Amino acid sequence: MELADVKQTATEARLAALSLPEGGCLAAARQAAVSRVQTMGLPGRRDEYWKYTRPESLTAAEVTKAAVFTADEAPMFDEFDRLKIVFVDGVYNAEASDDLSLEGVQIDRIADICSQDIHWAKDLYGVLEARGQSPVARPLAALNTAFAQDGIAIHVTGKPSKPINLVYVHSDEASDAILHHVIRVEAGAEATILENGPAASRFNKCMEIDIADTGKLHLVRAQGRDHERRAATHLFARLGTESVFKSFTLTVNGILTRNEAVVELLGDDAIAHIAGACVGDGEFHHDDTVFITHDAVNCESRQVFKKVLRNGATGVFQGKILVKEGAQKTDGYQISQSLLLDDDSQFLAKPELEIYADDVICSHGSTTGAIDEEALFYLRSRGVPVAEATDLLTLAFLAEAVEEIEDGEITAAIVARLEGWLSRRR
Amino acid sequence: MLEIKNLHVKLEDEDKQILNGLDLTVEAGKVHAIMGPNGSGKSTLSYVLSGRDGYEVTDGSATLAGEDLLDLDPEERAALGVFLAFQYPVEIPGVGNMTFLRTAVNSQRKARGEEELSAAEFLKTIRAKAKELKIDADMLKRPVNVGFSGGEKKRNEILQMAMLEPKMCILDETDSGLDVDAMKLVAEGVNALRDEGRGFLVITHYQRLLDHIKPDVVHILAGGKIVKTGGPELAMEVENNGYAGILAEVS
Ligand SMILES: Nc1ncnc2c1ncn2[C@@H]1O[C@H](COP(=O)(O)OP(=O)(O)O)[C@@H](O)[C@H]1O
Ligand SMILES: [Mg+2]
Repeated sequence: MELADVKQTATEARLAALSLPEGGCLAAARQAAVSRVQTMGLPGRRDEYWKYTRPESLTAAEVTKAAVFTADEAPMFDEFDRLKIVFVDGVYNAEASDDLSLEGVQIDRIADICSQDIHWAKDLYGVLEARGQSPVARPLAALNTAFAQDGIAIHVTGKPSKPINLVYVHSDEASDAILHHVIRVEAGAEATILENGPAASRFNKCMEIDIADTGKLHLVRAQGRDHERRAATHLFARLGTESVFKSFTLTVNGILTRNEAVVELLGDDAIAHIAGACVGDGEFHHDDTVFITHDAVNCESRQVFKKVLRNGATGVFQGKILVKEGAQKTDGYQISQSLLLDDDSQFLAKPELEIYADDVICSHGSTTGAIDEEALFYLRSRGVPVAEATDLLTLAFLAEAVEEIEDGEITAAIVARLEGWLSRRR
Repeated sequence: MLEIKNLHVKLEDEDKQILNGLDLTVEAGKVHAIMGPNGSGKSTLSYVLSGRDGYEVTDGSATLAGEDLLDLDPEERAALGVFLAFQYPVEIPGVGNMTFLRTAVNSQRKARGEEELSAAEFLKTIRAKAKELKIDADMLKRPVNVGFSGGEKKRNEILQMAMLEPKMCILDETDSGLDVDAMKLVAEGVNALRDEGRGFLVITHYQRLLDHIKPDVVHILAGGKIVKTGGPELAMEVENNGYAGILAEVS
């Protein structure tokens, strides 16, 4: 199909502004991705999938400058015993990073893999992204596969003793970073990946996750607190039999964030939980777009998304559960809720179910609401000041999403950030 | 302790007058009961005293130990010592009962310039008081009132009262929905708090709660004002003859 002229022009302009990194064993994947971008064209305003979120600033050839945010607090996971891998404006920084060796896991830079002829990542890089292009196109992810300057390949073969923490640092107000990570979890292996920090003025990130039978992966990321960032992230996950994938994302501030998650349950008895909590104030647009495909028997999926919005902030949720023919005993759950702290903020939601099997349980719900006045009065009548009572109820609203995190220490760290955000707005 | 004079209250959004010149004084150390037919304004009185939105005071005053209550926020009234045991305690998913109580106790202490209770002190106190009310550890951990039975909710109200040690306790139909055993438990909880420095306003539709919490004074509220005041025998009269007799007598 021919692309509309506007789309063609915009796509060509963006492609012209980028240059293909050295390919090595990933060269073919990058080339194929370029073709995908050319065929699909970059997202435009009139695309149905971008109905609620304007893609222009994410696709433009030129990056919009964004002020570097100076935080008055230590980075999120600094207190944790972890293996730290640092990217500054999207470039791996060896000095700031820990040694990459850790028992039970093999870690390599994508930039290093590109100079090798053989590497396991070759079979994953761009593969899940390409699968994820149907039935809905995700051109920014293909663009990422083609042009990612850096990233990390993590091969989990055992049970590493500590989490791997990808720490992003934003230092240049005109930075335009494209990062691509690939993660393969072998049978019986289990790991936790943490991500945090403002990455760049514009950030395009793609993470492909392949979990073998009985493998387990926990992913917790914290986006923010930078106000001016524009980010498009994609998570592609493929799950084998009895495998588990749990992902939680905290998003604090940001002019524009689009987080897509594309999950395929391909082996029986697999479990995927994708959760997110975001808090936005003023110039804030946050979009969670999730697509979960059940293509095996007796799998469980949960989508739990909560958004707290104030001062004209916008939240978007597009979530789909697709149950393929034969995917019997599917247990699919999806909830998306927003708490609007004033009349100027808005929440746009498009929950979807598409089911081709008869023996399934799928439920979805989406709500928009304000603070419960009855509950607020009850708390105040016990002496809790109105600001504190409002914060308590706001945290309570977010709880269902935050509780998706299994690890207590991580949960506490996330809650502390949310409390901080709320208390700065009293 | 609590002094209400000529209180007139209407609904904020509607042209509906609910209280029409209510006068009432509750002395420290005394238990006053208010009885009245459904819809007579009993809950409205309790809400207006505790500061709930939606009501407009068009005339009259209410003071606690000389301090004007009506201009204060609910939390300020609470810090002064007003406590309302709700007719319908509110469920708050996501907020742990224990967290809630600790925040409440310490907020009030802070507002009064007192030192906050440490986690250990708080735990010790709440465990002892919860035990007296047969509230188990699980109920303390659960979200506020969520999944509680009617009786558990009412016991939880009394636990809050015991922890907050208010000066003026207002109980709005605390007996409703309770079986005899639960009512005894709640009454024991209330009686344990009876103290020279503390006033009680026990609102009830039926006399039976007053068998367990012996009132000093009984008032009949009808049509938005106190129409009759007497001793405990007045409650018996309601029990035996219903409200109709008394209302006919005063009109
Ligand atoms: N918030 C409200 N909105 C509408 N009507 C109300 C409200 N509060 C009280 N009322 C009305 O005022 C009257 C008194 O109610 P209430 O104080 O609850 O009486 P009681 O507790 O004695 O049964 C009733 O007619 C009730 O319907
Ligand atoms: Mg009532």
